[in-house]
Amino acid sequence: MNLRKYLKVYKKFLHTSLASELEYKTNILVDLITAILSLVGSIFLLSIFFQNSGYIGGWKFEQALIIQAIYTILNGITNTWFNPNLTEIVKHIREGTLDFVLLKPIDSQFFISLKKINPSGFLEIMLGFLLLFFCIRINQINLNLSFLTLSLITISCSICILYSLWFFISTTTIWFVKTWNAIEVLRSFLYIGRFPLSSFSFSLRIFFSVFIPIAFITTIPSEVFLGLSVFWKILLEIIVATIFLINSRKFWLFALKFYSSASS
Amino acid sequence: MMSNLINRKIFTLLKVQYSNMLEYRVEIALWAISGIIPFFMLNIWTNNNLNESINISNAMLSRYFLCAFFVRQFSVVWVVFSFEEDSLMGKLSPYLIQPLNPFFRYFAQHLAEQITRFPFALIIAFFFFIFNPESIWMPNLGILLLSIVSTFLSFLIQFLIQSIVACICFWTEKASSIERLLFIPTLFLSGLLAPVVSFPAYVKSWIYLTPFPYLIDFPANLLSGNETNISGGLIMQILWIFILFPLFKKIWSEGTKKYTAMGS
Repeated sequence: MNLRKYLKVYKKFLHTSLASELEYKTNILVDLITAILSLVGSIFLLSIFFQNSGYIGGWKFEQALIIQAIYTILNGITNTWFNPNLTEIVKHIREGTLDFVLLKPIDSQFFISLKKINPSGFLEIMLGFLLLFFCIRINQINLNLSFLTLSLITISCSICILYSLWFFISTTTIWFVKTWNAIEVLRSFLYIGRFPLSSFSFSLRIFFSVFIPIAFITTIPSEVFLGLSVFWKILLEIIVATIFLINSRKFWLFALKFYSSASS
Repeated sequence: MMSNLINRKIFTLLKVQYSNMLEYRVEIALWAISGIIPFFMLNIWTNNNLNESINISNAMLSRYFLCAFFVRQFSVVWVVFSFEEDSLMGKLSPYLIQPLNPFFRYFAQHLAEQITRFPFALIIAFFFFIFNPESIWMPNLGILLLSIVSTFLSFLIQFLIQSIVACICFWTEKASSIERLLFIPTLFLSGLLAPVVSFPAYVKSWIYLTPFPYLIDFPANLLSGNETNISGGLIMQILWIFILFPLFKKIWSEGTKKYTAMGS
């Protein structure tokens, strides 16, 4: 692995995909309005839940807003990097163009995970950060170094888990060819990341922390922000993220053995 | 003679599309699974005893959300995505030459997909009843027929709205981002995530003038036996169809004049 070479290649990726995406400027504006509306919508839904009760699963409204903020940031990251690239895998495999990727003197996972970028997701990330700063103010959170490092670690772990989940599902395309709808299933499951895990029933809580670790993605970072997190939870998240990352790599290499080009 | 010909056309279209859809059974099953968000919402409602404040019993609320799931399953529309692809790839040109509006083809596609989807939706409902045995009920025949009609009307409204958006392709090429924008109010205001009864008064005062509550909330209330204004709801649904249909015809005739046969 030559880090310098990969950085250089990534710069080129950024340049080409930004250039092609900025062709549709009105699209970006529409996407921004969509992101704002969807945030307003989920806060509206949350306010319905809190209409007649002060606590949902032990979380106050101001605290639950932090989860919304973190979800919005992660969703922005998904829309910027994961979604455009990993839906591309489906296309590569169906049309047989994965051959060209595999022939390149560069790591194939690197290539297909980072080739494209969708700039409208940036706006969503910024929106999420705005809400996060607002939450830090209304919840009177003291910013200090240890808190910042912990929140940075947990959020990066969430990003790793999210990436691995997306990558897992997209990789199964090698066997099933069309996995568009599997991605939809993942999307709808991820949707529950907008709410505190403790607001669900016990069985769903187990399901969403063992089988699909959505619980780790938004709830643990939010707990860090509120100073409620316990050390073992953070450690567990780091372990889960590492396991997921390593396995996504292994799974990709395993799946490639089964890849038989579309036209041959 | 004329009506006979039309009948034959519709029948052939349906048959072709149904066999087409049967090929993608797994896809459609996955798609059905991706619609289970209402059940997660139900879990939040009942687990936090939020339904007490809106005077709906647990059993009635579970029926509501199950019906919302069903109505959503049979009113999903994706015409804008098919149309955008066909228009960008230049596949639209041969369709335009045929003496049949291409939207009939999409319409048949949707109906065929609903028929394929039906058994999967039943299986999901079966599992729902295993977990919530207290919510089993049998609507009487009249109500069942009326709710099938109102679900179909809801499907028609959404099909017309999306077809209008799809026709914007003739001007901007990428209309799916506008559809994603429109999907946000549909998601939050239609009653898929929370019944409209639970909305705060400042929203309830105007929401019944928009088409949204008639998409899911009204048919779901009807089917589940919750309180609703049956004749008023049906009249509003038909009214919206009468508003949207001429609009669609107008934009279609304007758009086909603009069509420049991309990709060929």
